Amino acid sequence: MKVSERAFEKLEILADAAKYDVSCASSGSKRQNKDKGLGNASNGICHAYTEDGRCVSLLKILLTNHCIFDCAYCVSRKSNDIKRAAFTVEEVVDLTISFYRRNYIEGLFLSSGIFDSADVTMERLVRIAKKLRLEENFNGYIHLKAIPGASDDLMKEAGLYADRLSVNVEMPTEKGLKLLAPDKNHKDVIKPMQYLKKAIAGHKEEKKIIKSTPAFAPAGQSTQMVIGATGESDMEILGMANYFYKKMNLRRVYYSGYVPISMDNRLPAIGTPVPMIRENRLYQADWLVRFYGFNVNELVGFDLPHLDLEIDPKLAWALRNLHAFPVDINIADLELIKRIPGIGVLSAQKIVKARKFKNLQPEDLQKMGVAYNRAKYFLAVSSPFAMHKDYTPMQIRQQILTLQNSKYVNNFSPQMALF
Amino acid sequence: MFFAVKIKRTVRKEDTVSAEFSIYNMTTIIYDGTYPGWLTAVFEIYEHKLSDVFFAREGEPAASLFGVTHIVKTDETKAARVLNGLKQKLSADGLNCLYKTFFSELEKFDEKMWRFVQYVFASAHNVEGDLSNNAIWEVRQAAKFVHRESHRMKAFIRFKLTKDQLFYAIVEPDCDVLPLIARHFEKRYADQRWLIYDARRKYGIYYDLETLSNVELTFDTSAQSLAELYDEREEFFQDMWRRYFGSVNIKARKNLRLHVQHMPKRYWKYLTEKHPESRLL
Repeated sequence: MKVSERAFEKLEILADAAKYDVSCASSGSKRQNKDKGLGNASNGICHAYTEDGRCVSLLKILLTNHCIFDCAYCVSRKSNDIKRAAFTVEEVVDLTISFYRRNYIEGLFLSSGIFDSADVTMERLVRIAKKLRLEENFNGYIHLKAIPGASDDLMKEAGLYADRLSVNVEMPTEKGLKLLAPDKNHKDVIKPMQYLKKAIAGHKEEKKIIKSTPAFAPAGQSTQMVIGATGESDMEILGMANYFYKKMNLRRVYYSGYVPISMDNRLPAIGTPVPMIRENRLYQADWLVRFYGFNVNELVGFDLPHLDLEIDPKLAWALRNLHAFPVDINIADLELIKRIPGIGVLSAQKIVKARKFKNLQPEDLQKMGVAYNRAKYFLAVSSPFAMHKDYTPMQIRQQILTLQNSKYVNNFSPQMALF
Repeated sequence: MFFAVKIKRTVRKEDTVSAEFSIYNMTTIIYDGTYPGWLTAVFEIYEHKLSDVFFAREGEPAASLFGVTHIVKTDETKAARVLNGLKQKLSADGLNCLYKTFFSELEKFDEKMWRFVQYVFASAHNVEGDLSNNAIWEVRQAAKFVHRESHRMKAFIRFKLTKDQLFYAIVEPDCDVLPLIARHFEKRYADQRWLIYDARRKYGIYYDLETLSNVELTFDTSAQSLAELYDEREEFFQDMWRRYFGSVNIKARKNLRLHVQHMPKRYWKYLTEKHPESRLL
């Protein structure tokens, strides 16, 4: 086999295996170019998009898909009969630099199956990051996986060279994890997260006193949860995400709809549709908590363990809390305006800016990009010919659903079996 | 039967007078097509108290047959005074919106800019937040359009390496964004020679490891063998990129509508991954 053919094959195998780790962020760091070297890492730029609509901003590969573990949900599990491959350190560095110079990518996302041991694997990943930074003077974005079980020293070194470090919790419940990966438990994942949380905070404090302190994982930590593989509720998922954001200072939690890849009867069968709507609602709920000032228990709870699939979580909340409306956007607080369905963070900020100059009318709102057809049920904007009817939550819901051109309209057929 | 319909024209005397007056009072401002040139024009409009202005760039056919022509010679001092005046009344973001609108190439963009500046100077305080005002809104929208396009260019520009170690890229942006993205590429690719060519506007930006400069190129379109033009590993990396792009797709989540929404077809012409085999493009 020609040298290039072998290289193509390796890349196909190892990129294919890495694609289920959905983290794609390339922003969050403020890394600048140094000494007329190569690159910087302060933009989130999506250089390409796959046919499934997701962004490609990094070279996302596994160092190798050989693995000593046998987690049922993973395509690279030991017992799976697939082609295995491995990159050398030089190959990864060469490929990263060459792609970067051509403006194909913002940087590297490097994960790996565990070969030999956690320490051996982690050492290899760190070596690649170190070579890129020190030998190639590469200042682009580097995202490394933190391998659970690796030593603190290796984690510390990783933080010095990478912009982001992440370790995936994968299964949202301990029960689910035990069922599918008996060798693993959540503790394995929390331990490196704790260490990194302390190290990141420690470096930030030190930098305030000693300016020359090197950056340590400036883009913070993230993690991923697989949705729809083990029958967990949205409440459990969002509860766990909330814990990560508030107690572990994670920057992002990703929700990845389970793509059936095995015949194992512990998991949804091949052919089961990917729960994309549920994934979308979870991201919407995640945004509400992070940017709209919502508390998790306003969106889900023991009496409401799952998010509504037909309508988004903000509208669902509004319909459960009609007593908070109508809102007069010309006098209300920014925080309350953000809660109006159809008005996003940016539109809310625009409203607050613009109302200083004149009392805003419906035409003004429509011009600013507010989803007026939806927001009108919740606004106290006077309109000469509007009859102020008192609609029930059900009526409002029905009216909004009939009017909107949902991108999911094809999915709501009786045959759809969602987890 | 012939019905004569009498149309009562109620034109006020003042209107007639001003209607005649305005055609002859309209001034066509001709400037050199640069941003400092436009700012100088603004200075002179206020200086000479001109009203009803219409902007045209040097070399363009003057649209108005009536009225006076006023030719503006770009003056850095005058332009700086206007800029300083704007800085007193606008935030950095507000001023940036105005600057970006200049590159938008949208219809009547210089008049949109002029209405914006008039409103800004006529107000005692910062009015860039008055979004229900048309002058402010139009400039914001134009700036948004330009910003989106420049962000897309930062994403979609694909360099190719030639034998003499130059990274070159060709693009056809919707508006003139090269001046806005040059700094980004200079900072990022500080240690490689690169050139970005706008095939629509027929000029490019070249970085020679020290400075940026504008260039005009003539392309030799005779069918040259690719091997002669490219660096020896260029085709290998292009193929690797195509393979990579193909491998990261999750077929079970196929969503072509979303795909095209993010990566509109008009950009596919110069994207390496959208072409199955290496081409001179």
